[in-house]
Amino acid sequence: MLKRTFVAGVAALGLAVTFASGAFAAGHDFKIVYIGKNTGNPYFDSITGGFKDACAKIGCQFEFVAPATAEATSQIPLIDAQVQKGVNVIAIAPNSPDAMNQALDAARAKGIMVLAVNGDLVGNESHRDANILPVDFTKTGPNQVELMGSLIGYKGQIAILSATTEAPDQNTWIAAMKKTLESDPKYKDMKLVATVYGDDQPEKSTTEMEGLLSNYPDLVGVIAPTTVGVAAAAQVVQQRGIADKVHVTGLGLPSEMRDFVKDGTVKAFQLWSPYNEGWLAAYFADGVINGTIKNEVGAKFDVPTLGSITIGDKNVMNTQAELTTFDAKNIDDFSF
Amino acid sequence: MTTEPMTSPSEPITPSVTDAAPARPLWQVILIRPVMMTVVLLILEPIVASIFWPQSIDLQYILSTFTLTAPLALMALVLTLVIISGEIDLSPASSMALTACVFAAVLQAGLPFPLAVVVCIGLGFVLGLFNAFLVVYLRLPSLIATIGTLTFYRGLAQVLAGDASIKFPEWYQGLNLVTVLGIPVPDLIVTLAAILLALLLSATIFGRQIYQTGTNEIAAQHAGIRTRLIKTALFVTLGVVSALAGMMFTSQLGTVRYDLGLGGELQMVLMAMLGGTYIFGGRGSILGTFLAAWLLSIMTNAMNTASWLPATQFCLLGVLLIVSIIITNFIYSRTQR
Repeated sequence: MLKRTFVAGVAALGLAVTFASGAFAAGHDFKIVYIGKNTGNPYFDSITGGFKDACAKIGCQFEFVAPATAEATSQIPLIDAQVQKGVNVIAIAPNSPDAMNQALDAARAKGIMVLAVNGDLVGNESHRDANILPVDFTKTGPNQVELMGSLIGYKGQIAILSATTEAPDQNTWIAAMKKTLESDPKYKDMKLVATVYGDDQPEKSTTEMEGLLSNYPDLVGVIAPTTVGVAAAAQVVQQRGIADKVHVTGLGLPSEMRDFVKDGTVKAFQLWSPYNEGWLAAYFADGVINGTIKNEVGAKFDVPTLGSITIGDKNVMNTQAELTTFDAKNIDDFSF
Repeated sequence: MTTEPMTSPSEPITPSVTDAAPARPLWQVILIRPVMMTVVLLILEPIVASIFWPQSIDLQYILSTFTLTAPLALMALVLTLVIISGEIDLSPASSMALTACVFAAVLQAGLPFPLAVVVCIGLGFVLGLFNAFLVVYLRLPSLIATIGTLTFYRGLAQVLAGDASIKFPEWYQGLNLVTVLGIPVPDLIVTLAAILLALLLSATIFGRQIYQTGTNEIAAQHAGIRTRLIKTALFVTLGVVSALAGMMFTSQLGTVRYDLGLGGELQMVLMAMLGGTYIFGGRGSILGTFLAAWLLSIMTNAMNTASWLPATQFCLLGVLLIVSIIITNFIYSRTQR
């Protein structure tokens, strides 16, 4: 695991810091809660893991809570409850960009730091202190096109296997992919022939993938910017044994894609690390509480394993500049 | 009612089969009724919570968090009347979402506020009337008919508002922050509505007719009670109240999305059942539902401050519901009203 290589160093460093600044140790013993979108969502386990590990290092107390449904108001009682409990930091993956304004304002009025993690209060940024996103999402589309191009020698017919027709992130990425393909002469020989939707269901994604293969016999590549889609597409290619003809890539979870990468079905795919979002959020909160980080646009600070982080426009931070590319060489370093 | 002691088995007189059951002692009449279970729980809950999660037992917290339950509680009070009349309505949470979305949309389109209120309440009236049309005039089972409108109304709300939220003007926001004697206005509205509805149910002819309609509709009709009119009135009232609840809720949120109060119908039924309302009609009380709403709110918030995940919370609420239904049925089967 990537972080593990740093653990020894960080632990030693942490020990030294604790020793040196023993007087300030109380400042690190703050309470931080992460309010997820809903329970039963494995993606959040990874973010929670980052929070937990960071808090174990820092010395803060971490707790994860989430409502049963991702309905707009479902997180409000949880925010109220955490305020009542007296936490110091509320990190939240917001289910609504605006329904929680009042609840979050009440929390901030009591001196609680509010961080949006893995999603933002778009248009209501003044109701939170800062926002942590895995990666600058405007780069997702171009990154994916470049990866596809490198796999197929920048030539041939490609298709996109997406999630649902209405998913805003998917549509932003697809639009960016189309724009990249059209505007950059590097990709002039790559032709996008179809965009299909598997609704993030394994069966439907499989059916759509098989449809693509029979409708476009000259297809050389499929981009599936969704974890369900890319796994389903890889499964189809594996079963048909056509990995040398059709290249599958997209956004996938290393844990789900490991076998496909090992047997050569998938050469490479991309994603960010949800783990790092929790890790960064905890370190950021600790820094702001203890005065080592100034929460203002343009400020820079160092986070163990992540390196230098810059607070961008509207107090948004990214854990990484570009998507991480996973291939046979590095996939065993990641466990999420 | 007499308070004679029950005949003991040792007495030589054997009552004949046709004899009426002995009257219950007065203390039983007063104490053994489903609403007492809610009262006991409501007393017990803060004691338990104060031992395990002392932070959750704070009057200010209890009052301010009830504002989130208030819209559902308001509708649950009227729903109690519908259930007593022998029907059920599962659509109010959806009507609330639809009327609130329309309310926000017409306000945003520049309609003057009073006119927007009329549109909103008028729509609530129409939605309630449509339920009544299906149940009372087409004689469809209310459970099925209102599951239909539950889906239909929320679908309409999503068609109208899309997936995005509609904002309300700044001045309209924050009704829950306005307090009278330290009590948030939504809490007061629910309390006031409970008092009015309790009076209506227990002290007016109309109220008694609701009970009779639910106990035995045919008999009530033979007695000259216009049961269909009563049911229509109740469905329409619930529609109007769902519009009012939506106006109250959106003032607190400052925004509305089609999923407002999603799944709220189950909480409302839970309030009514926990308050001792008999699902087959004819029995129940406003006091029970009112207390159950507070019980649910206090319990949920205590579990939230304890950071219990939803699955655990649902288990406890489910057990509570099952136990409450068993007790309610047991008491009603053993007693006369």
